[in-house]
Amino acid sequence: MAALNIKKGATSHSAYDLRDTHSEVESSHTLAVIVDNEAGVLARVIGLFSGRGYNIDSLTVAEIDHKGHRSRITIVTRGTMAVVDQIKAQLGRIVPVHEVIDLTIEAQPVERELALFKVQGTGEKRVEALRLADIFRANVVDSTLESFVFEVTGTPEKIDAFAELMRPLGLVDVARTGVAALSRGI
Amino acid sequence: MSRQMTGAEMVVQALKDQGVDTIFGYPGGAVLPIYDAIFQQNDIRHILVRHEQAAVHMAEGYARSTGKPGCVLVTSGPGATNAVTGLTDALMDSIPLVVFSGQVPTFMIGTDGFQEADTVGITRPCTKHNWLVKDADKLAEVIHQAFHVATSGRPGPVLIDLPKDVQFATGTYTGPKQANVANYQPKVKGDIEAITKLVELMETAARPIFYTGGGVINSGPAASQLMCELVDATGFPITSTLMGLGAYPASGKNWLGMLGMHGLYEANLAMHDCDLMINLGARFDDRITGRVSDFSPKSTKVHVDIDASSINKIVRVDLPIIGDVGHVLEDVLKVWKARGRKVNREGLAKWWGRIEEWKKVRCLAYAGSETVIKPQYALERLEALTKGRDRYITTEVGQHQMWAAQFLHFDAPNRWMTSGGLGTMGYGFPASIGVQIAHPDALVINVAGEASWLMNMQEMGTCSQFRVPVKQFILNNERLGMVRQWQDLLHGGRYSQSWSESLPDFTKLAEAFGWKGIVCSDPKDLDDAIMEMLEHDGPVLFDCLVEKHENCFPMIPSGKPHNEMLLAADAEAFASGAALV
Repeated sequence: MAALNIKKGATSHSAYDLRDTHSEVESSHTLAVIVDNEAGVLARVIGLFSGRGYNIDSLTVAEIDHKGHRSRITIVTRGTMAVVDQIKAQLGRIVPVHEVIDLTIEAQPVERELALFKVQGTGEKRVEALRLADIFRANVVDSTLESFVFEVTGTPEKIDAFAELMRPLGLVDVARTGVAALSRGI
Repeated sequence: MSRQMTGAEMVVQALKDQGVDTIFGYPGGAVLPIYDAIFQQNDIRHILVRHEQAAVHMAEGYARSTGKPGCVLVTSGPGATNAVTGLTDALMDSIPLVVFSGQVPTFMIGTDGFQEADTVGITRPCTKHNWLVKDADKLAEVIHQAFHVATSGRPGPVLIDLPKDVQFATGTYTGPKQANVANYQPKVKGDIEAITKLVELMETAARPIFYTGGGVINSGPAASQLMCELVDATGFPITSTLMGLGAYPASGKNWLGMLGMHGLYEANLAMHDCDLMINLGARFDDRITGRVSDFSPKSTKVHVDIDASSINKIVRVDLPIIGDVGHVLEDVLKVWKARGRKVNREGLAKWWGRIEEWKKVRCLAYAGSETVIKPQYALERLEALTKGRDRYITTEVGQHQMWAAQFLHFDAPNRWMTSGGLGTMGYGFPASIGVQIAHPDALVINVAGEASWLMNMQEMGTCSQFRVPVKQFILNNERLGMVRQWQDLLHGGRYSQSWSESLPDFTKLAEAFGWKGIVCSDPKDLDDAIMEMLEHDGPVLFDCLVEKHENCFPMIPSGKPHNEMLLAADAEAFASGAALV
């Protein structure tokens, strides 16, 4: 009878520990959530994550269709496949949510994040910062005699790497947008 | 149809256009314009409650017993916050409600104005959806959308927050047909391939069981009828959650009784040992599953649910079918009949043989008494004396609720109203009022415990004012019985705060509100006392003084699997140490 060969069981602790344990591997998923651009919709999405104990690694939101009144929320979350499935189902039943797309399900999506870095320094460090910025194709968007603000675009990993390099060179402030993502191909 | 009117008039007009006949509410500053509009018409009856929580429970009782959405009107601030428990209760049990709350004028929002609360913020997690309407021109459409959202898909409560200036403002009213509801259209038809797969499983299963829940009742009477047809035609055993009682008649030959923590031995054992579990509109609640890792380990599990998020939430299932139970059952029957109505007769006969063995345990047996009324006996007599009547039962929460589920029998859906998911003490009394208002000539009984009942006792005034002849059948053990039972079994008998001190004289309390009060403590007088209650044309407060230390069995201690049930006889040998939740 075990026709579909799905492993049984979830947890031995308590009935309230609802996390499925049969696939222990956690992975990162980038979800695109298309919503009506109306008051409170972001609070509904965030409230779902906090209320049910899900993780948010990154979240961005902006209107993508002014006439159609639609916004796109891009969420990077983390969990076992069962938890991610549950997150998608829970998002899907929020009334102003039109579509939930798991961009990670088939292939890695195109993911880009924009970040601004303020780096303070003079002399060798200042020159080194500028040289590294060039390698990372960062733009200088503000400059004084003692500081630069760099604009970097790229994957979150690239931005992490740039931050690591800037830290010893006088990094004083960072602003990141969070991930925007689209699937590859058509 | 579109015409100019004030926001307050639109509320009343929209209610009429949605076919609403009753609204439960309580006035206040921020809803005065709506109350003024209600004053000037006679189509919608307003039931003035004594506390907003009770208004919501009344609307729940109304909704559950009619299948129509229940409507509530409360003021801003405390009016709205008092409604929160009821909203959460309705969300957990999937009850369609449309709640209107007043709000301070739009220009005062955010200023901590008098009786201001962030109502949409507070109620966001306890409604299916909510709206703050800032423009009178959009009000009518929002109300119609609200009714659509509350009643379609998995039903639930919705709330519309109405600033006072929007109630005064004039705008264009549009009718229900013009409202845009295209955005929210949950899928009702199940995938036919999955349904065919289910039929294949049904044809070969040797130990099948139907495990059914509130979704069958929410789907409407037709779903219950289709389910009965399928159960009777296949000869499969059927059990149900607390929420699903009545969808399959308790007098039906395949009925095993309720399952779960205080469910019947035969139902839980059959769930544990089945090879095919067909879940219809239930959600694997922890009170059903016990320890999840040991839940029905040998079965292939099929789950029919209209809410995709219920699938694989707690228990991994082998075959999910997302759709309305009624639609899915229709297709299952069609396919099963077309394929020749096959079942595994040999396997089924053996399976029933085992079930009959389990039934012999007589898990509901209790020690009778000639001197004290046993709560189980009180309910057996209530059942016997009300059987065959046009009867609706509500309950509070606790031991009495579980005994009512065990000892009262329901042969039709929408006859049993109880707070399942949230377990709200204080639910039953107002819910019984809501049921009685929807069914003025029916017999409506709230089976209560004295502690729960006191939580919303202020509604006695509502009953007196509106001549609501509800019967409050209080199994009074002067204890918080279920708390006491857990303390008895699991906390070394340390009865911390679990007794009812300083109880009122219930008969005098009844008199004070113009009710009839009955007190009964002798089993020999019980039948006459119940008959006296039934024959009285008006509300009755029945103080049934029962055994104070009775525990409710069978019981699956929390965190234990189905096959480790405690029966009354085992209880003393039970060593504590179970996972407690």
